[in-house]
Amino acid sequence: MSLNDVFMIVPSSPALSGVIWFTLLVIVLYMARNHAHRGILTLSEAIHNSFRLSARSVRLLRDLLIKRNRDVLLAQGREATERIIEREFERIDATVRKDLSDYPALHRHLNEEITAIDENFAGSTDVPPTPPAWVKAVEAVAKIPASKGDPTVGNILEDIHQSLVKSSTRALEEYRKASTKRHQLLQKMMPHWRNVLKALQQVDKTVNSLLSRSVMIDRLMHDYEDILKGTDKAQRMLSSSSMTQFFISGFVLLIAVGGAFINFNLIARPMSEMVGGSAMMMGFKTSSIAALVIILVEISLGLFLMESLRITRLFPVIGALNDKMRIKMIWITFIFLFALASVEAGLAYMREILMEDNQATLALLSDTGGVEVAKNSALWITTAAQMGLGFVLPFALTFVAIPLESFIHSMRTVLGVVAVAFLRALEWLLRLIGNLSRSFGKIFVHVYDFLIFLPLGIEKLIHNKEGGKKTADSSSSNVGGVA
Amino acid sequence: MRTGYKSLFAVLLFTAFFLQGCNNEPEVPNTRGVYMLLDTSGTYTKELKQAQRVINYILSQLGPGDSFAVARVDTGSFSEKDIVAKVTFQDRPSMANQQKRVFREKIDKFIKTVKGSAYTDITGGILQGIEFLNEAGTGHNTILIFSDLKEELRKGYKRDIPLSLNRYTVVALNVTKLRSDNVDPREYLDRLENWRLKVESGGGNWRVINDMTRLEKIFGNQ
Repeated sequence: MSLNDVFMIVPSSPALSGVIWFTLLVIVLYMARNHAHRGILTLSEAIHNSFRLSARSVRLLRDLLIKRNRDVLLAQGREATERIIEREFERIDATVRKDLSDYPALHRHLNEEITAIDENFAGSTDVPPTPPAWVKAVEAVAKIPASKGDPTVGNILEDIHQSLVKSSTRALEEYRKASTKRHQLLQKMMPHWRNVLKALQQVDKTVNSLLSRSVMIDRLMHDYEDILKGTDKAQRMLSSSSMTQFFISGFVLLIAVGGAFINFNLIARPMSEMVGGSAMMMGFKTSSIAALVIILVEISLGLFLMESLRITRLFPVIGALNDKMRIKMIWITFIFLFALASVEAGLAYMREILMEDNQATLALLSDTGGVEVAKNSALWITTAAQMGLGFVLPFALTFVAIPLESFIHSMRTVLGVVAVAFLRALEWLLRLIGNLSRSFGKIFVHVYDFLIFLPLGIEKLIHNKEGGKKTADSSSSNVGGVA
Repeated sequence: MRTGYKSLFAVLLFTAFFLQGCNNEPEVPNTRGVYMLLDTSGTYTKELKQAQRVINYILSQLGPGDSFAVARVDTGSFSEKDIVAKVTFQDRPSMANQQKRVFREKIDKFIKTVKGSAYTDITGGILQGIEFLNEAGTGHNTILIFSDLKEELRKGYKRDIPLSLNRYTVVALNVTKLRSDNVDPREYLDRLENWRLKVESGGGNWRVINDMTRLEKIFGNQ
C-alpha cells in the first residue's frame, strides 16, 4: 500500500480526496490548537533562551578579553614608558657626569677670572693728581693785598706763575702716563671677560638641556601616571600607537622579506655546488633549503646581536646576562655574522662563475655549435655588486630584529582587537537568531490559525451569538425588575 | 592557556605524522632518464645531423642527477655495445656541465664515423633502453626513437616480446616517410599505429614529434 493509495480516499477523484484530507487536517489542527500553540511558543522560547544564553556567554568572554587586552596594553605601555624614562634619566646622568662634574673646576676658573678682573679694575681706578703742597702758600701770597707800583710783588707772582705752569705741565704728563697705564689694564681685562662669558654660556647650555629633558620627563611621567591609573585616554593612546606600530613594522618586515628573497636567489644556485643539485627534501631542492637555512641563521644571529646590544628585548635571558658575558656574546655573534657574510660574498662570486660556465655550455650545445660568446668587459661590475650584496645583506637583515619586536608586541593588541570584533559580531548574530526564533514562533502561531480560519470563524460566530443572547436575556430581566 | 597551545601543537604534529604515514605510495625520484635510439640503417643515416641537434637540446635540458644515453639501432640492438655514450650527471652543476661537453664530443665523433647497418632492430633497442633506465633508477623515463620506425629484423631474431613500459614515455622523432609510404600512406599510418599499440599495451605513453623546431614537447610536463 503506497502513500498514493492512502491519499486517494475517493479513488476516481484526487481533488475530492484532497479536500477530504484538508478538511480532516483542519479539524485535527483545530482540535489540537491550544496544545500546538503552546508547543510552538515553548519551542521558540527555548531556542530564544538558548541563543540568548550563548550570546551572554560570548559577551562575558568578550568583556573578559577586553579587560585582558586592556591589561596587556597598559602593561606594555607601562614597560615602554618605563624604558623611555629610564633612557632619559640615563641621558641626564650622562649630561650631569659630563658637564656638571667639571663644575668645581669651572667655579674655580670663574673665581680666578673674576679676581683677575677685579685686580685689573682696581689698578685702572682714575686717581686725580695730588695738588702740590705749596698751593696753600700760593693762596696765602695771593691773599696779600697788592700795593700799586710794587715790583717785588709782581716779580714774586711772576715766579710763582712760572713755577705753577711748570708744575702743571709735569702733572699733566704724569696724568697722561697713568691714564695710558690704566687703559692698558682695562684692555687686559677683555679676554677675562670673554672667558667668563664663554663659561657662563656653556653653563647656560647645559642647564637648558637639563631643563628640556626635565620637561620631557615631566610629560612622560604624566603619561606614566595615566597608564598606572588605567585611564581611557591612556588606553586610547596606547591602542592607536600599537595599530600604527603594527602596520609600520609589518611594512618594514615586508621590505626585509624582499631583501631576504634577493639574498636567497644570490646563494641558492651556488649552494648546489656544495650540497648537490639533485637531492630533494620534502619536495624542495636541498640546495634551496640550505640557502634558506643560512639566511634564517643569519637572521637569528642578528636577533641575538640586537638582544645583546640591548636594542631589542625579545629574549629576557640575554638581556639579563651580566655585562661581561653580554659583550662576549656581542663579539661571538658578530664574528659568526661576519663569517657568514664572507661566505655569502664567496657564494655570490661562485654564482657568477657558474652562470658563465652554464652560458658557455649552452652556447656550445646551441645551434651556433660553440661559437664563443662575446665577453663583456664590464661584467666585473655585476660580479662586484653581487659580492657586495652578498656581504652587506646579512648585516642589513640584522636590523629586522627591531621591526620584528614591534610587530610581535603590537600584534598582540591587534589580534585582541580583532578577536573582540569577532566576538561582538558573534554575539550580535546569536542575539539576532534568538530574536528571530521568537518572532518565527509567533508567526507560526498565526500561520497555524490561518490554516484553520474556517472553524475559528464559526467558533467566533457562535460565541458572538451566545454573547448577544446572554446580553439580551440580562437586559430583559433588568427591564422586568425595574417594572 | 599554555597547556592549550601545547595540546594544539601536539595534535598538529600527530596529524602531520599520521598523514605522512597514510601516504604509502613509493616516492618517485625527481630525476629524469633519457635513452635515445638512433636509427643507422642505410636510408636514415643522412638524418643523423638532425639527431645531433636533438641530443644537444636534451643535454641543455638535463641537470644534476639525470641520466642520458644514446644508442645506435642496428642489426641487434639489445646490447650494451650499441650504446654510443651514456652519462649520469654529477650533483655539482659545474661537473655536470663538463660531462655535457664530453658527451657532445663523443656524439660528434660518432656522427662523423657512423656506418649504415643492414637491419633495424628497434624493439631490441627499446628493451636495452628499459634495462638501462631501470638500472639508472631515474624517476621520469623517456625513450626517444629517432627513426622512420620501419623495423627490419635479421632472420632468427625474435622480438615479439611484450614491452614493460609502465611510467615510461616513448617519443618517436622525425618519423620520415618512405618512398613506399608515398605510394600508399596507409603503410605509414599503420606503422605509427602499430607502434602506438605496442607501447600503450606495455603501459607506456606514446608521442610523435616530427617538427624538429618543437623539441620542447619531448619532456611535456616533466
